Amino acid sequence: MKFINWSKQNLFANWKDSLLTITILYLFYVSMPPLLNWVFLDATFFGDSKKDCTGDGACWVFVNVWIKRFTYGMYPNDQIWRINLAFVIFFISIGSYFFVSSKIKKCIFIFLTVIFPFLAIFLFHGGSLGLEEVETRVWGGLFLTLFISVFSIIFCFPIGVLLAMGRRSNLPVIKYFSIGFIELWRGVPLITVLFMAAVMFPVFLPSGTNLDKLIRVIIAITLFESAYIAEVVRGGLQAIPRGQYDAANSIGMGYWKSHLLIILPQALKIVIPGVANTFIALFKDTPLILVVGLMELLGMVNMAKTNPAWLGLATEGYVFAAFVYFIFCFSMSRYSLGLENKLKTTN
Amino acid sequence: MSKIIELKDVNKWFGDFQVLKDINLTVSSKEKIVICGPSGSGKSTLIRCINRLEEHQKGDIVVDGMTLDANTKNIEKIRSEVGMVFQQFNLFPHLSILDNCTLAPIWVKKKSKKEAEELANQYLEKVQIVDQAKKFPGQLSGGQQQRAAIARALCMEPNIMLFDEPTSALDPEMIKEVLDVMVDLAKGGMTMCVVTHEMGFAKEVADRVIFMDEGSIVEEKPTDQFFNNPENERTKLFLSQILN
Repeated sequence: MKFINWSKQNLFANWKDSLLTITILYLFYVSMPPLLNWVFLDATFFGDSKKDCTGDGACWVFVNVWIKRFTYGMYPNDQIWRINLAFVIFFISIGSYFFVSSKIKKCIFIFLTVIFPFLAIFLFHGGSLGLEEVETRVWGGLFLTLFISVFSIIFCFPIGVLLAMGRRSNLPVIKYFSIGFIELWRGVPLITVLFMAAVMFPVFLPSGTNLDKLIRVIIAITLFESAYIAEVVRGGLQAIPRGQYDAANSIGMGYWKSHLLIILPQALKIVIPGVANTFIALFKDTPLILVVGLMELLGMVNMAKTNPAWLGLATEGYVFAAFVYFIFCFSMSRYSLGLENKLKTTN
Repeated sequence: MSKIIELKDVNKWFGDFQVLKDINLTVSSKEKIVICGPSGSGKSTLIRCINRLEEHQKGDIVVDGMTLDANTKNIEKIRSEVGMVFQQFNLFPHLSILDNCTLAPIWVKKKSKKEAEELANQYLEKVQIVDQAKKFPGQLSGGQQQRAAIARALCMEPNIMLFDEPTSALDPEMIKEVLDVMVDLAKGGMTMCVVTHEMGFAKEVADRVIFMDEGSIVEEKPTDQFFNNPENERTKLFLSQILN
């Protein structure tokens, strides 16, 4: 009864609404059954090779067999525990963050931001203390996606904030350096930046030194995205009324104190949606590292689909990759929304 | 009484427009002065020059023995001795009232958190909003916010308090609660420079009233004489408009 009333009000209120409702229902009727059939009902999930896929639906065997490569790239099988260990430590510290007192929270935060990055790099790369060295050129898959995204995000955010402040500075040198930096990096496509990092950058280094390609790529993405973050943050800085600066100054705070304690906390809160937007874009831009020969998740899918034994399964690979990207991007989106609500102080 | 603020031939321009013209003003310690005048007369700019929220281009300003110039250290020292209250309150919306009050004592004066909170509670008590300490500015009425802003300024234990039209943005029924706090403060012996149109307040606490128009000080007299015996035509016109 309730449903009938509700649908009368919301779905069939007049002839236009009714027409729209019926059209949409029809589209669902036409598109959903084949889709469900393909994804679930006619699909093959288990097996060892393409021959096991006998149904008309998706051949998830492809994903099933290749999942290790999609996740870890060409990382040696017997060393994969090192990646797993790092991620387990990461998720345990993040998970426990929500259940402990504020004092331990501080410790966890310091651990995650200061100690963990080095620990993780040591675990991944090895080369000392009995850990076998694993060169970065065999790193790949989702692991590489996350590695590049996390490090780029960690570095590009503070640089972006400084650039945003620099662009509003009264000191001409800092101001014009910031403007030049931002406009330069925003003005070129990421692909060219990555090419430069891989091909041109080593030319400028003194001979004999060799900076790992992965590090160069992370530096390139970091600088590129920091220009975007800078403009997003600048928007927030501009939204803070003059009175806040006056008040901060009037109680004896100089430039850094007033920015760190008064201006930035408010400005960054305003720009959470924009920053989340940029981070999500950064995450989804990582497949571009394919152009310099690094293969993260999508790169591995691309490689697997050209394997002679698995030809013709590109769709399954891409659908799987899209699904994984969606999970991570959607989580970031939800997290930023949660953060916005948590930091609300006015009603 | 000793001089605490001294302005000598102060001139200021915004671009081509001259906002302050040859201002000469001396304020003694514990003196209360009220500055009034039509809008655009430069009275806000004048008191904003006293803690260098605005820079003057010509003349000298000496506050508590320190000359205001481009020396940054000097400015921050002067600002922590000169409290200021704004028309729009300018509380920090992301911090609770208590944190608004303790922020500068902790970060500028390097007091301990406990010390700063005791101080804040003492001044919040004084302006009678200690029960609102945990709330955020957005949850308070205008009058309460302005009183919190006064407490925030007092927490720096300043020698001088500047008020820039502190009641102009308030609903009529809230003006009194803010003025009461200011009267209290005046009786406590604070040096005060107040830009306001509240002539009742001026009559009650001011030692001297200054009338400004078009960037100059037009009339400067002890309070009684200012209200009973104004000389300048513009002062008379202003008073007749504002007192009726």
